[in-house]
Amino acid sequence: MPVSQTAKLVPTLFDTQSLKQVPTRDGYGLGIVEAGKENPNVVVLCADLTESTRNLEFKKQFPDRFIQCGVHEQFLAAAGAGLALAGKIPFISSYAMFCPGRAWEQIRTNICLNEVNVKIAGAHAGVSVGPDGATHQAIEDIAIMRPIPNMQIIVPCDMIETRKATLAAAKLPGPFYVRFAREKSPVFTTEETPFEFGKATVFHDGSDVAIVACGPLVHEAMLAARELEKRKISARVINSHTVKPLDEDTILAVAEECGAIVTVEEHQITGGLGGAIAEFLVKHAPVPIEMIGIQNLFGQSGNPRELLEHYELTAPHIVESCLRVLARKK
Amino acid sequence: MHIHDDKIKELEEKALQVRELIIDMLVAAGSGHSAGPLDMADIFVALYFHILHHDPKNPDWPERDRLILSCGHICPVRYATMALAGYFPIEELKTLRKFGTRLQGHPERLRLPGSETTSGPLGAGLAQSCGLAYAARMDGKTWRTYCITSDGEHEAGLHWEAVLWAGKYKLSNLTCIVDRNTIQIDGGTEEIMPLEPLRAKYEAFNWHVLEVGGHNLEQFVDAVEEAKSILEKPTVIIAHTIPGRGVSFMEKKFEWHGIPPNKEQAAQALRELRTLGGKITSEHE
Repeated sequence: MPVSQTAKLVPTLFDTQSLKQVPTRDGYGLGIVEAGKENPNVVVLCADLTESTRNLEFKKQFPDRFIQCGVHEQFLAAAGAGLALAGKIPFISSYAMFCPGRAWEQIRTNICLNEVNVKIAGAHAGVSVGPDGATHQAIEDIAIMRPIPNMQIIVPCDMIETRKATLAAAKLPGPFYVRFAREKSPVFTTEETPFEFGKATVFHDGSDVAIVACGPLVHEAMLAARELEKRKISARVINSHTVKPLDEDTILAVAEECGAIVTVEEHQITGGLGGAIAEFLVKHAPVPIEMIGIQNLFGQSGNPRELLEHYELTAPHIVESCLRVLARKK
Repeated sequence: MHIHDDKIKELEEKALQVRELIIDMLVAAGSGHSAGPLDMADIFVALYFHILHHDPKNPDWPERDRLILSCGHICPVRYATMALAGYFPIEELKTLRKFGTRLQGHPERLRLPGSETTSGPLGAGLAQSCGLAYAARMDGKTWRTYCITSDGEHEAGLHWEAVLWAGKYKLSNLTCIVDRNTIQIDGGTEEIMPLEPLRAKYEAFNWHVLEVGGHNLEQFVDAVEEAKSILEKPTVIIAHTIPGRGVSFMEKKFEWHGIPPNKEQAAQALRELRTLGGKITSEHE
């Protein structure tokens, strides 16, 4: 079975070399400027990383609404809460390792327990941060955000979807965490690709096994589905960009119709998308699940591609996981 | 705007009432903090009954001054003062810390209108106040932000992030009030983690610094007025208070930071408060 027609993906998506390669953070940079134009209450708080978090254009266009905070990540979260209490829509922006990483308690108490309209823009998530090494590779960030009541989480799959996710976070009420990456990754969705917060999207039709993925690794999942097709295995690929709240209807349907699931994310296998799906399905439709993710390890320096391969996060590993989970399927 | 003697007398009477309510609440709750709430009664009364622009019947009034309580654990003094000011019935104070109450052990904005924010984890109030004050300035609003902090929470790094930041942005519509009672849970602040010279620290971070007696209403009100006239800096008012103020056996004892009185101690405390330490006869006797 083929690529989902309703997903309106780039037709040449399997020819990776032909695809535009753009970091998802660039999509945030476009989205935040648009959000700023749409709503004068949108403000950005940045912690000395204006360019690399892609806030430079916002700063140029809205200098009065760009607030330089210095290396003050806990402050970003608490001051963001204060601005939101006064009616602003603050995006607090740093590397994911530092915000949400360093600011967890302020995010929990000042933002989520207070239920204020603060948006966390976490850049440089995942091991694909590359040469900076383990200290700067946030791979536990979803796990620390997921258990907090009122928090909503989006992990978009490419630059175009990150723009849409940023706009959605700006428009929708309440705390949000939008997670994106440093490194260039294939742009394989289009402006027409459906994006609705809270609603997972089928990117590839199939019924033998389901691959549920988030972030730039969704493209690897698509490559894996194509490889499986060659082996006469029909894999359904779900882009689960919204990690919280989980699209339970779609996940339940996938479990019942495919009977075996592989989850894929650039994050520890504990506490991320795979964990969310396993926690849900164990109650409602226990099917075999394999998880692609970091296996309780820290990252390290290297080029992004070799790190993704080293930590077994790419298409060949997804294929292997699919074969393993199919062997467990009754 | 100088404060009249009559007004001071009225505020002093209210502060006494607040202290009595604090004792009543704590003994009913069976847990909570005594020293801080008692020592901040004068300042809370001055704020709610003389300084703040606010409307107890319309706690979300957009033009109100914002009072952020950073050290959430002293919330009994805020609750008692809010009840006296008409935010909710005085009867409700007895629900403090009980299941289903709006008066949580540490304040929660979503449960209690007028509490402005959720606080308790120390050191986070000034940063939130910075956000509020900055938003007011962006929007050209004249309401002011007041942030009440404990001295102990000055040990938290986040507080100093906010002090540094407010200095940079010259947040003159922000006033930080420090409850300088020199105690914290484990002992004296200068023993646990010395804060002195506190004035010099704030000055070095480009703040305007005022020091007052925390039980001297006239000094405090004058300091708040002076803060309004400082246009290039945020102001901190270091209020020197006596922990447990008004109850002899609690005064200046760090052991009373985090515990409530038992019934006998509460009766003794109320007797002292109602007789101003034996100077007058209580009308309850």
